[in-house]
Formats: sequence, structure tokens, C-alpha cells
Amino acid sequence: MLAIARQRMLGQSFKKILPAVSVLRSYSSAAKQVIFFTFFILAHNLMHTDMVGEYQGAYKITKGLLEKYGPERVLDTPITEAGFTGIGVGAAYYGLKPVVEFMTFNFSMQAIDHIINSAAKSNYMSAGQISVPIVFRGPNGAAAGVGAQHSQCYAVWYASCPGLKVLSPYNSEDARGLLKAAIRDPDPVVFLENELLYGESFPVSDEVLDSSFCLPIGKAKIEREGKDATITAFSKMAAEMLEKDGICAEVINLRSIRPLDRATINASVRKTNRLITVEEGFPQHGVGAEICASVVEESFSYLDAPVERIAGADVPMPYAANLERMAVPQVEDIVRAAKRACYRSVPLAATA
Amino acid sequence: MVLGRAFEDKCAKMYYDRKMLGFVHLYNGQEAVSTGFIRLLKQQDSIVCTYRDHVQALSKGLSARAVMSELLGKATGCCRGQGGSMHIFSRKHNMLGRFAFIGEGIPIATGAAFTSKYKREVLKEADCGHVSLTFFGDGTCNNGQFYECLNMAALWKLPIVFVVENNLWAIGMSHLRATSVPQIYKKGPAFGMPGVHVDGMDVLKVREVAKEAIGRARRGEGPTLVECETYRFRGHSLADPDKLRDPAEKAHYAARDPITALKKYLIENSLANEADLKAIDKR
Repeated sequence: MLAIARQRMLGQSFKKILPAVSVLRSYSSAAKQVIFFTFFILAHNLMHTDMVGEYQGAYKITKGLLEKYGPERVLDTPITEAGFTGIGVGAAYYGLKPVVEFMTFNFSMQAIDHIINSAAKSNYMSAGQISVPIVFRGPNGAAAGVGAQHSQCYAVWYASCPGLKVLSPYNSEDARGLLKAAIRDPDPVVFLENELLYGESFPVSDEVLDSSFCLPIGKAKIEREGKDATITAFSKMAAEMLEKDGICAEVINLRSIRPLDRATINASVRKTNRLITVEEGFPQHGVGAEICASVVEESFSYLDAPVERIAGADVPMPYAANLERMAVPQVEDIVRAAKRACYRSVPLAATA
Repeated sequence: MVLGRAFEDKCAKMYYDRKMLGFVHLYNGQEAVSTGFIRLLKQQDSIVCTYRDHVQALSKGLSARAVMSELLGKATGCCRGQGGSMHIFSRKHNMLGRFAFIGEGIPIATGAAFTSKYKREVLKEADCGHVSLTFFGDGTCNNGQFYECLNMAALWKLPIVFVVENNLWAIGMSHLRATSVPQIYKKGPAFGMPGVHVDGMDVLKVREVAKEAIGRARRGEGPTLVECETYRFRGHSLADPDKLRDPAEKAHYAARDPITALKKYLIENSLANEADLKAIDKR
């Protein structure tokens, strides 16, 4: 099982990678690596966001990019999300490959009209004449004590829209491979990172460090094989999963929220016969709801128990640390759900 | 201009015959702005508009047949019937779209202008003095994205011209009731670019101003804001009963019809005679 070393990676500067069998790369420097490498390969890339250059990005993800590529390619803009996102989309229409950073995806709401109406729908509306090779990236979901307006998960908002691809990396390998795939993709991609994971280190193999490493969009990864139940998760929730024990669960790291890898999920449920979906966002109309519908449509007769759906609490994120902890799924919640699904405890309905 | 007027009148007939569905916004009366600006552009220059722009598409070179087919939802339309009246795109003619929400197109055009400058200065591509034009109305001038883009275009000296088609009415909202400072051209200098006012019913005057603004952009001198005072003879859309506007106001502008005015000018200055003009009408 992968051991996760929890080192704080404050102020890590970009270094040359020394080849090794297994090298610890932090999630954040893996993301930066890709942007660098992709800039190297594709001459037209350009990155612009608010404060990304001189401020080094809200979470220092873009540290070093300004020195290396200069202010023409790493563009600081005023804090005007609607304006600069629209400008990014217009630049993509006309031939560049922009990467637009939101300080967090909460701010993307200021620009959501451009993400949905100008970027996602244009290929269809123009009958294929206009393609929009743009990436919108930034941290998504809950952080630590930042309050209701800075803590929402936007996975389902974007994943419901045809014309967009929505990716969510869990570890360094995901960050590196998926970001490269996103930039290379000719369609708009929403890339949901996680602020609390930026400082985490994960072991990566040589293959991942190679400059041509790229992951396919639309394929989930089975992080751990199992036989008793299937647990689906993405981003930080996958981290929680790997710590759980007791029931031999098969853990699927979704990686791609849209398109969803229904084939992998259904194949797993047909093997284990039980499903627990885990996400951080609000429960109603969530990722879990879509996965549940997919499994009911395709693998109903294989289910031995109702699908358990674990999500964040149905409240705006509270500020106080103890309340915040209760509003986000914890390992205990997932263990309880797994036990219910495996009939080792009383089902929820009976306790009502 | 004549093609534009005839096209729009045909649209109205189709709509009332229930052959055309959805939202249709006609340009009658504003033809001078479209012709005055767009006929000065090259194919690689781009335009972005809002929903009232069948005639912009025609001026940019799309065929009337392709646009009409699109409005009728046919597969032979310029977007295979997938876009409709409000979403005409043409990669070939660099018409980067028409947008339903006001203000949506302005950042897109600013992005295209950005790309043009980036290609020339950073990627060092040759033949990149392309200009972007964005057309929008008086209502849009109270929208946040308009100001965000005036700022960024001036900050980065982008090759763009912001063309305001001030027809005094934003759907049913009078411009004078909605705006604290109704002289839109005055907002240009506040952001560091020239603001010019022109009579949008006179195609020759529009063309003069357009030449200067497009020339500035091509030379790398930055953006310009042009306010064209114009008027739409029909309602906001074909579904609009148009009861709010004062008949005297409508009559005043009808007397300044750009097509009639140009006809008069051509004949008075012996640039064309009645027979030539009749031949254009027939085509």
C-alpha cells in the first residue's frame, strides 16, 4: 500500500529532477512541472490569471514560471474574473492555448458565464468551426477555516454541462499526467485542484517523471483492489479512503468527473456488489447521485445493498473548526457507511 | 446596406408566417454602422457581436443563403442549424460569434485582439496586424464586463475598436433612464483611450471615423471607443409589441434612414443615377 509521507513543502523551489527509482514529488511541484514542460513543447501556451506572475500565484503554484517564461507568457491581470476569463476564451478562439487560474474556484462564479456559454457551448453552436483549447484551473472545495464563500466544491456545477471536461487529481502522478492531458486537449477543461493537498508529498516512479508522461482523460484508477465493497472518491477524499481498514474495499480514484468512467465503476460494483460514493460537496445532485444512477441503470441486479452516499453536510460551510470538521466527510463516516452496506450494522432507515 | 434591409424584412415575413422560430432581432435602421465599419476590414480581422447582427454577418462576407438557412434551422446553415439567429459563427470569415448576453462578446473580442498582438510580438509571426471589432448597444455600456475590458485593452494597448450602437433603447429600457452619464463616448478617455461620437445614420461619416479607429489599432496605437448614434426602426425583437417608444421619436429617425440618405447623396453628387440604384435594389 502506498505510504503517504506528510511533509510540509513550504517554499519548495523548482529543482532539476534527478532520476531515481522512487522520488518524492509534492503535488504542487508536480503541477508546476507540467506547465513548464508543456510550455517547452507547445509554443503557443500562455498563462494568465490574477496575480499569477509577481505574486507567484495564490498558492505559489506558478512560482518560477515568470522568471523562466517572462511576462508575455505569464500574465498578471487585474482582479476581474469575468473580463480576464472572457479574454482567455477569446484568445483560445483565435488560436492560443491559455491556462486561466482562479485563486479558488469560488471566484469562477464571477466568470461562469464565459466558462459555460462562451467556452463550453461554442464548439457545438458553431458546428465545430470554433474550438476552445483552454484550461481553467485552481483549488476547489473546502480548505481550513476559510468560511462559506471560500469553501464550495464546484465539481457538479461544471460536470453537468456538455462541452466541458472536468478533472480532479488526487496525487502527484494525477496532477502531472492530467494537467498535461488537459492542456493538450482541444476542448475546454476545468481542472479542480485541492488546496490542502498542495503541500503533500507522494512517491512517484520514473515513468511519471518522464517529460512525455500523460494520463488519459475519462479513465478512473483503481487505487486499491478489494472484494467487499466499492468506494468511489476524488481529490482529497481519496486520501481519506486509503487510511480506512476493516472491510476489504476496492477504492476507485475517479480522476475524471466528466466524462465519468462508468465502465470501471460498474465493473467494480459487479465484482463487489456494494457501492459507497464519497465526495466533499453538497449532497443534493452530487457526483454520488450521478454514480448511483449510473450503477442502477447498468448493474442493478448486481447490487446486494442500497447505495450509500457520503457527502458534505447540506449547509454553507461553517467557520468554527469543530463545525467545519462535522461538515466534511471524515473517515469514521465512511467506515460506518461501509459497515451498513455490508450489513454489519443497522441500516439508516431502521434507526429513523 | 440594401441587402441587409431586404434580408431583415424577409426575416420578419418568415417569422410572422411562423417559418422562423425563437428570438429574432432585426437591424433595420442601423445598417450604416455595420457597413461603415465592416467593409473596411480584411478577412483575417475579427468581429464579435451580440444578438442583433444578421447584417454584421452579411457585411463580413457570409452568404445571405447560409445565414437565412441557419435562421430556419436547416443543416445547410452556417452552423448546421445548431446555433440559430443569436449564435452565428464563421471561422472562415472570422466572425467569432454572436452572443445572447449583452457584454459577453466584449471580452471575447478583447481576447482575439490580445492573440493578434501576442502572435506579432511574442511569437513573431508575420502578417499579424489583425484588428478586432466588437459591436454592442447602449444597454451594454452599463455592464461590468464593458469596463473591465476598456481597462485591460487600454492597459495592454490592444488592437481593438469598441463600437457602441446607441439606439437609445435597451430592450424596453430607455438609455436616458438607465444611465448616469448618457454620453458614452466620454467614458473612453476615463480609461486612457479616445472616445468619438458619430452620426450612426450617415454611412459616410461612420466610415471616416472607422478608418481612423481601425488605422490606430493596426498601427499598434491601441483601442478606441466609438459611439454611433443610431436607431432601430423595428422593435427589440419580432416578439416585441414596441409600444413604449414615442411615435414622434420613431418618425424623427425614420426621416434619417441611412439608405435613403445615401441614395440622396449619391444622386445629388452625381456619383450614381436612379437607374444604377434601381439595379442594386433588384439584385
